[in-house]
Amino acid sequence: MDTPSGVRDIRDAVVAGRMSAVDICRQTLDRIATLNPPLNAFRGVAPERALARAAELDAQRDRSPLPLFGVPVAIKDNICTRGLATTASSRMLDGYVPPYDATVVERLEAAGAVIVGKTNCDEFAMGSSTENSAFGPTRNPWALDRIPGGSSGGSAAAVAARMVPMALGSDTGGSIRQPAALCGVVGFKPSYGRVSRYGLIAFASSLDQIGPIATTVADAALVMNVLAGADPRDSTASAAPVPDFAHALDEPRDGLRGVRIGVPRHLFSDGVEDAVLSAFEAALAVTRDRGAEVVDVALPYSPQAIPVYYIVATAEASSNLARYDGVRYGHRAGQAHTPAEMYERSRGEGFGREVKRRIILGTYVLSAGYYDAYYRQAQQVRTLIREDYDKALAGVDVIAMPTSPTAAFKLGERTDDPVQMYLSDVFTVGANLAGLPAVTVPCGFTGSRLPIGLQLTGRAMDDATVLRIADDYERATPWSNERPPRPAASASR
Amino acid sequence: MTDRFSRADVARVARLARLELNAEEQDLFARQLAGILAYAEQIQRVPTEGIEPTSHAGDAAMLRDDEVRPSLPREASLAAAPDGDTAAGLFKVPRVLG
Repeated sequence: MDTPSGVRDIRDAVVAGRMSAVDICRQTLDRIATLNPPLNAFRGVAPERALARAAELDAQRDRSPLPLFGVPVAIKDNICTRGLATTASSRMLDGYVPPYDATVVERLEAAGAVIVGKTNCDEFAMGSSTENSAFGPTRNPWALDRIPGGSSGGSAAAVAARMVPMALGSDTGGSIRQPAALCGVVGFKPSYGRVSRYGLIAFASSLDQIGPIATTVADAALVMNVLAGADPRDSTASAAPVPDFAHALDEPRDGLRGVRIGVPRHLFSDGVEDAVLSAFEAALAVTRDRGAEVVDVALPYSPQAIPVYYIVATAEASSNLARYDGVRYGHRAGQAHTPAEMYERSRGEGFGREVKRRIILGTYVLSAGYYDAYYRQAQQVRTLIREDYDKALAGVDVIAMPTSPTAAFKLGERTDDPVQMYLSDVFTVGANLAGLPAVTVPCGFTGSRLPIGLQLTGRAMDDATVLRIADDYERATPWSNERPPRPAASASR
Repeated sequence: MTDRFSRADVARVARLARLELNAEEQDLFARQLAGILAYAEQIQRVPTEGIEPTSHAGDAAMLRDDEVRPSLPREASLAAAPDGDTAAGLFKVPRVLG
């Protein structure tokens, strides 16, 4: 059991020659073969490709400069991988093999990472439970009758079960942070523009960001060093200089002395589970012990964040998903006599319920007669929400909130009530609407041992400060070391 | 409030979105979208006169030089097409003109 399990540990072990990349890869594939069946975290595993890549790395002489040398990673199935099926967990893209790599995939491989497979998610990243996958739900490693969160539920479950030390997720309204919190791991949504979105299957382009899910903040920071930066193929990827996120964590400092943390307590009135609130308060107490000053802040327009989000995100989705027309890729219905009939039936057959619901809602709020009342009004309230965050963050370094109002809920519990499901995102959508960096870090458990996450949101393009404060908190607490129970071989379903 | 989104409304919007829905989906979405819109209407009570709409949260778009770069080879672009004709270099669709 002395096998290294974190990103840095594995990388250092391979670079030092204590283990080969192939050994690490084999162990990873074995763990996936054992642990994945009850969880369904993976949509697809690519053992030959991974082992070939690992062997290639082992044959390399000069390996020290590569920051992820030999590290096995998983990629959410809405991020394109050349030659490896990418479906966004939709029937629409069943069997689709992209002819190109997403920029983040290129960067990971260039840094020495070994891609072992694609992880399950809500269809087209639309959902908060991974129950909207066309290929069956993922289950939470801490309790198999519960959801792992979503939409990056497969990535979070794969990391929580230690199948891989890092998996990429995408976050449009909380889809990295909420599942990471519900699975007891670290999830980071970078500032909008910090990481290229080229090759991410688009959901809502003004909100989508790719980011890492890992077991520690330090590992997430290490991966951010690889992911961040400008990209000529994504005009929204910022050319701002990329700091050394990992190194920033190691700079000597006196705990959290001088750090100001803002808490918008007025948002915690209803719907927040008691165990979540008490874990959150205990986390704040730790930051105070570390020297931080904790003050109240107000985000007066934040109660509007969920409706604003669901109008903006569905409007953008209805436009982005127009490309699935059965012509260039994806599902095509048989026996259509006209192009229009082909479009309508291909889309009717290829998309699942939640995707259809959002296309209808998004088309409606953009349609003549409703545009001003819904879409334009939502964009204006979005401005007010951004200004809220700007004002609050002028006086504090980060804003602290629970990541999710509840711990993991049971499969099927919220599938019939879309509004109830949407409320899972109440604390996470603000960072997307305002384009801010936000991290979730484990901060405790409920009475029935379900993980709880602490969310820290920072100033735009100040990702390093968010990671630094989360890292200090994490090192002062035991939570990131906790692992889910390993299911007995016969106990699954 | 709940009767404000009818099955006919769903059918009209579905047509705009070129999305075929069966009768059960039309009923379900009429009911659920009425609920979602009733919930979303709270934003209409926020005074927003003179507030600029936010369409994206990042910096201004980064511009790059407009120069010719290699793109995907034609075969690769056609490889995933449900009815691609690689030899002719075509995506085939049902007849457009009768």
